[in-house]
Amino acid sequence: MKSIILTTVSKTLLPLLLLFSVFVLLRGHYLPGGGFIAGLIASIAFILHSFANGLKKTRHLLRIHPGFLIPVGLALAIGSAIAPMIFQDLPVMTGLWYHNEIPVIGKIGSALFFDSGVYLVVIGVSLTIIFTISEKA
Amino acid sequence: MSTLLFAILSSFLFAILLFGIGQKVFARISWFASILPISLFTYFLSFLGPTSSGETFSYLTKWVPSAGVNLDFRMDSLSTLFTLLITGVGSLVFLYTMKYLKGHKYLLRFYIYLSIFMGAMLGLVTSNNLISLFIFWELTSISSFFLINFKNTERASRKSAITALSITGFGGLALLAFAVLAGGLAGTYSISEMLNSSEALNNSSFTPILLILLFFAAFTKSAQFPFHFWLPGAMKAPTPVSTYLHSATMVKAGIYLLLRFSPHFGDNEIFSTVLITVGSITMLFAGFHTLFRTDMKGILAYSTIGALGIIIFLIGIGTNTSITAAIVFIIVHALYKATLFLLTGTVDHQTGTRDITQLGGLKKHLPILFVAGLLAAVSSAGIPPSVGFLGKDLIYESTLHGNQSILLTTIAVITNVFMVFAGFIVGVKPFVGKVTEKTIEVNKPHWLMWFTPLLLAITGIVFGIFPGIIEGLFTNSISQQLSGSEGMHLKLWHGFTLILLLSFITISLGLLIYFLWKPSSKKVRFMEGFNIASPKHILLKFAEYFEQFSYFLTRVFQNGYLRRYVMILLVLLTVVFGVHVFINPRVFLSLKEIRGLEVSEIIVCVVMFVSILYTVLTRSRLSAIAGMGVLGYSICFIFMFYGAPDLAMTQFLIDTLTVILFVLVLYRLPKYLRLSNNTNRIRDGIIATTFGTFLAFTIIEIMNETPIKKTTEFYAKNAYEMAKGKNIVNVILVDFRGFDTMIEIIVLSIAALGVFALLKLYLKKHEK
Amino acid sequence: MEILLAIMTGVLYAGGIYFILRRSLVKLIIGIVLLGNGVNLLIFLMGGLVKGKPPIIPEESHHLEGLYADPVPQALILTAIVISFGLQSFAIVLIKRAYKVVKTDDIDAMNKTDDIE
Repeated sequence: MKSIILTTVSKTLLPLLLLFSVFVLLRGHYLPGGGFIAGLIASIAFILHSFANGLKKTRHLLRIHPGFLIPVGLALAIGSAIAPMIFQDLPVMTGLWYHNEIPVIGKIGSALFFDSGVYLVVIGVSLTIIFTISEKA
Repeated sequence: MSTLLFAILSSFLFAILLFGIGQKVFARISWFASILPISLFTYFLSFLGPTSSGETFSYLTKWVPSAGVNLDFRMDSLSTLFTLLITGVGSLVFLYTMKYLKGHKYLLRFYIYLSIFMGAMLGLVTSNNLISLFIFWELTSISSFFLINFKNTERASRKSAITALSITGFGGLALLAFAVLAGGLAGTYSISEMLNSSEALNNSSFTPILLILLFFAAFTKSAQFPFHFWLPGAMKAPTPVSTYLHSATMVKAGIYLLLRFSPHFGDNEIFSTVLITVGSITMLFAGFHTLFRTDMKGILAYSTIGALGIIIFLIGIGTNTSITAAIVFIIVHALYKATLFLLTGTVDHQTGTRDITQLGGLKKHLPILFVAGLLAAVSSAGIPPSVGFLGKDLIYESTLHGNQSILLTTIAVITNVFMVFAGFIVGVKPFVGKVTEKTIEVNKPHWLMWFTPLLLAITGIVFGIFPGIIEGLFTNSISQQLSGSEGMHLKLWHGFTLILLLSFITISLGLLIYFLWKPSSKKVRFMEGFNIASPKHILLKFAEYFEQFSYFLTRVFQNGYLRRYVMILLVLLTVVFGVHVFINPRVFLSLKEIRGLEVSEIIVCVVMFVSILYTVLTRSRLSAIAGMGVLGYSICFIFMFYGAPDLAMTQFLIDTLTVILFVLVLYRLPKYLRLSNNTNRIRDGIIATTFGTFLAFTIIEIMNETPIKKTTEFYAKNAYEMAKGKNIVNVILVDFRGFDTMIEIIVLSIAALGVFALLKLYLKKHEK
Repeated sequence: MEILLAIMTGVLYAGGIYFILRRSLVKLIIGIVLLGNGVNLLIFLMGGLVKGKPPIIPEESHHLEGLYADPVPQALILTAIVISFGLQSFAIVLIKRAYKVVKTDDIDAMNKTDDIE
């Protein structure tokens, strides 16, 4: 499925889509978007890249096995969930918020970290599944 | 009184401790196990003083308060009697077992089972909550199963363990039903509080059912006719188990239950009639059967059943005297029957046989055991000055002063004649007469093996000489508690009365049978000829048919084919719920609604419909996947139209990924096969279409109702205030219902791991 | 539109069930996909249809008022969609693997452990 057009396009498309996915992730608390959607966009970006350039190149680009994103994401999500318990003696999953607003992102809070955890897990899961299957199928 | 809780639960903790010690170490320190019952016995002795003067102690801690189930323990006089029986006989049995099963491979296991059983039994007789009583009740059945099954390499052991478990287990279920029903009627599960609502229990339309359930529970546990047969079967257990469970304690649980509830139901006509009838039948039936056994344990099993029958019969009579008689008889029976069982165990252990026809002349080798046997036989026969005389006296006293005195007294006399016979044949017969092949050379048993039965037998005589002990400690306070007035005054000598005459007749007839009737295997076989009409045979046959029926049912409904399961579920759903929808359809299809449709909506629906049809009907896998993709995108449009941008995006992305996934694997997958014939296709098509139609109708009907939006409104109001987010869907996902999301990503991770493992792990050779 | 979508849900269910009742493993998976979509649509319908008003609090406001699409079923469906992807991928790989071992696509040939003799 290698075509010059796809290869060329995917080179610019990958960073663009990744950037877009981060954007969707960050704005998710205010507008449509969020960890699930952003994670799916990012993984589709990588999958597109692998179709255009071959799985090897994408793997090389990623450097690590996508499966490693899963524990990282889970740790991030669980960490943000138990953070209120550790730092402020509040029940699990209480939202913690930084007072000042930051441009583009809006307010930063534990929910954002949780969503980032989801983001990483979704990327890890879908890439692991698709990559393993396309390798082995 | 938290020590009470600890005392009751300590047996379970002790069982765990024993488990930790390990078999090898335990074999050397098996005396250690006896610490438990002895210390519990001393502990419960401390209750004797206060409870005998009418005090009660209780300990309550909430367990499942929402269901009214509490760990509610209550020590009154009745409970004290039973706890002392359990721990007292328990102590001796624990000590006895140490020598009886010395060197046995599974000695530790045996003690663990015994400890659990003791804990369960203690819990049972101290529970004041019906539900926790039920739990302990079942626990005794289960631990009894393990104890009967101790020699689990023998087929007969396994079979009788199963029989015992299923019968007592059924009784347990009845008890649970009783508990729920009684709890519902009285509004509480507390037995002592239930006493206040005995009106409600007795005058309800449920009362007969309530009583039947109670009877079923008590009769199965206490081996009453026609459920008695599990008890002789349970004699397959090692003798200490028979001593402890099947004569002294567990089988008394049913009696305990009836005694406990006799204040609640005592005035009820059904209660007394049924108890007297069943008790009488059991007494006579079991007594008669003692004549046709040659196995010492078999004789004892039937005489135990008979004794239990007597107690139930006495509870049924329900007078002050008869309750006193029942209490005394419980003590009498525990003392002499445990003695006889332990004696049987020792004889069996030393000679290798329990067959009465092969034993004789043991007096020479086991003189002290003979003394114990003689004393027990005397007590069993009711010869003064044993405590048995006291018991028998009271039985006649209760039958004479009541309705139908002649009939009841006759039944009591006949039964007691058999009791005399049974006591002597087991307690005396092996020791006298000619020495047989088996008894020429007999080793001396360890002192514990004759001391324990002797101790019990002597206690029986002491109680008989000083009846005031029983009266002061138990009967007065218990009958105060159960019937509201003090019990009979106990004394050994009443003068020359009718009762004394009856006693004399009983003893002479019993001894006459003992001297004239010689049990033999021929007589046993003669009796076995009637087996076909026995309750055992009938119930076992019933169980067999039931099993066959279950097999049949399982084969019909769960034949191992996925589609059969799905089909049954769907057809059932369609028939049960669908009928309502189809008979009375509420479809309001108005022109206005159709006119209100936009072109885009119609197009999406048409695309959807066509893609579904295409997916289902196409013969090519690739086309089916394409159809699925189109279907997913059209659903994506629907989400977009109706205010769900998040869903639209997710659906779009996932649909893309799914199609990629399917295309990647497609050519490695098998081709479509035409496996089913046309009839099946049409049948499945009809089932599927009917269910689809039913569902569509149901949805329309539900959508006509106004939905409850409480949750939604809460989220809409608080999303920004509490979670500082404006996209409510996302706020729900990461904040309000964050836990669900957390679990979800864990599930996803597991799915990814599963895929990875399935594909990356190579097949082993034998799997290829 | 509600009626139309209700009928569509019915059709999805019917198609899914028909495929689940087949003996071919691949059809079973496609059936599950169809049924999954049907369930999502069903949940969506149960929340009530509201045209073009996503449950997003407007810029200047702090509450969501007036008519808006129900966010609760949406959150449910969102997770359901993602989970069903995990399920489908696992199932499809399982089938592939099973096919390799058993060498058949026929479900009836795979029921040995559940069969009562």
